Amino acid sequence: MALKELLLEHTGRDLTKLAEYEKVGGYKALRKALGMTREKVIEEALASGLRGRGGAGFPAGRKASFLPKPEQRTKPVYLTVNADESEPGTFKDREIMQRIPHAVIEGTLIASYAIDAQAAFIYLRGEYLTEFEIMRDALEEAQARGLVGANILGAGFNCSIVIHRGAGAYICGEETGLLESLEGKRGQPRPKPPFPALSGLYASPTLINNVETLAAYPSIIRMGGKKYAEIGVENSAGTRVFSLSGNVVRGGNYELELGTSLRELIYDIGGGIAGGRSLKAVIPGGSSVPVLTAAEIDAPLDFDGMAKAGSMLGSGAVIVIDDRCCMVQLGLRVAQFYMHESCGKCTPCREGTRWMVSLLEKIEEGRADHRELGLLLDVCDRILGNCLCPLGDAAAMPVASYVAKFRDEYRRHVDEGRCPFGGESSLEGILAPVDQHHAHVRAEIEVPA
Amino acid sequence: MSDAASLFEEIQEIAVRYPVRRSAIMPALHLAQEKYGWLPPEALREVAEALDLTPAYCQAVASFYDMYHLKPVGKHLIEVCTNVSCALVGAQGVLEAFEAELGIHAGETTVDGEITLRTVECAGGCGWGTVVSVDHRYREPVKPQDVPAIVEELRGA
Repeated sequence: MALKELLLEHTGRDLTKLAEYEKVGGYKALRKALGMTREKVIEEALASGLRGRGGAGFPAGRKASFLPKPEQRTKPVYLTVNADESEPGTFKDREIMQRIPHAVIEGTLIASYAIDAQAAFIYLRGEYLTEFEIMRDALEEAQARGLVGANILGAGFNCSIVIHRGAGAYICGEETGLLESLEGKRGQPRPKPPFPALSGLYASPTLINNVETLAAYPSIIRMGGKKYAEIGVENSAGTRVFSLSGNVVRGGNYELELGTSLRELIYDIGGGIAGGRSLKAVIPGGSSVPVLTAAEIDAPLDFDGMAKAGSMLGSGAVIVIDDRCCMVQLGLRVAQFYMHESCGKCTPCREGTRWMVSLLEKIEEGRADHRELGLLLDVCDRILGNCLCPLGDAAAMPVASYVAKFRDEYRRHVDEGRCPFGGESSLEGILAPVDQHHAHVRAEIEVPA
Repeated sequence: MSDAASLFEEIQEIAVRYPVRRSAIMPALHLAQEKYGWLPPEALREVAEALDLTPAYCQAVASFYDMYHLKPVGKHLIEVCTNVSCALVGAQGVLEAFEAELGIHAGETTVDGEITLRTVECAGGCGWGTVVSVDHRYREPVKPQDVPAIVEELRGA
């Protein structure tokens, strides 16, 4: 098992142009889907075993099947595309939108048809300006060709697509935060239930899918769900685009058959550890998942394989960490991110992430005692599962795993009263945006008017 | 047509794309910020008026998102990602090179009002770190030695 390109094949062709996309079979799957019943399209998605590519891994066909059937509806139904990619380490949706914007549009139309949504919204991360322009141009071209809008391909199906730019908030990648934001509010998550399938955008039934999930629909319809399910391993069908980064020779996005081992990705495909260093740890699914040690990288990159190894496949972002990294500094930097991005709605997350940061700063600076190391784990434990959305968990889970797997390193900070890396850690002195805001305020006070 | 009138019209055009007009607040704030360079009180008032909202509501929404500037920023914006993947491959060195070249700290603007420097959370280019966004266009990877040329380019622009 290794590289297998379903999505990112046809390298060298400019598939952002509709004509080129059509030359490689583009929009044929849409045509085929429109000739099928809606139920049949959902059946194919179910048969494919496709699981969400955003992070949670929920079966895509089942999610679509939760929406009320057309005869039970009193309100319009919406499809929302989650293109707000911002889990640290993840940059796959960006490349998918850059290279195959029409596959995203085609998948959006197929899924919209399956749930009978006449309007779809693509919530696109604000910082991705170039990708927004590519998606916008592709959408305009598709609209001009009658592939989007009224009576698509003469099949009597109407569906409009609006691209909505975000403005810099990690929490809007959480589905209900996204919906709030799209409704023109602060992007603070909602309590669930009700789930978006019943009451989502504008309190209407809404299906929310990640970019990569939708981009897989054309392949599934083209080859048939059963055939697609033959790729990958049990419970993890198909391919995924893995984002490889950190201390590795060839970082980048690689589309692999699910079930490929972390070792293959890091060493055979990524060229191994950069600068002749040795591997210390790997974050296998974006910064919110538990860490794996160098001894655990034979685990396969699939949902069950990662769960068995004690971590998660998450967003498919593999961050490689070499032996120069202080794991307390890593914990601090990760906690700082989640503190910065906490929306402030739930107390355990809002206060807990701040508390984690202050404890980790103390440990790193050698000012903590052993009780405070225990307190850090207590704080993590009291965030877990106690909030409306998983953002707090996303801070608590990885940090607790760093302490569990690198406990000696944490203890040494306490025992020696200083960072054992003596200023030589690869993360030494890294300035996080949460600290920068403080610096800004200080500068304002100190400079005389 | 005055600038204010044209912003009002542009927002109306966007608002009709949504089932509920309030959804147009984010694109409207992006447009207003393009016009003013940041979001001064009058920009928030214009957005509010165009969408039948209050300025306070618009400020509440704008303050939630990092890309909206509620304080003036430089004509150019340099954003250095210092999240984990970039940090592991030397983002701090890149940031410090910008600080030295510009003579300011992260979070500050040069005295001539030309360039603002700030760190940002994961920009989404992790495999090609360090990622630097210059006026919302990504440069990747950026090494400390690339910094003088980037600043010179902005100064000349």
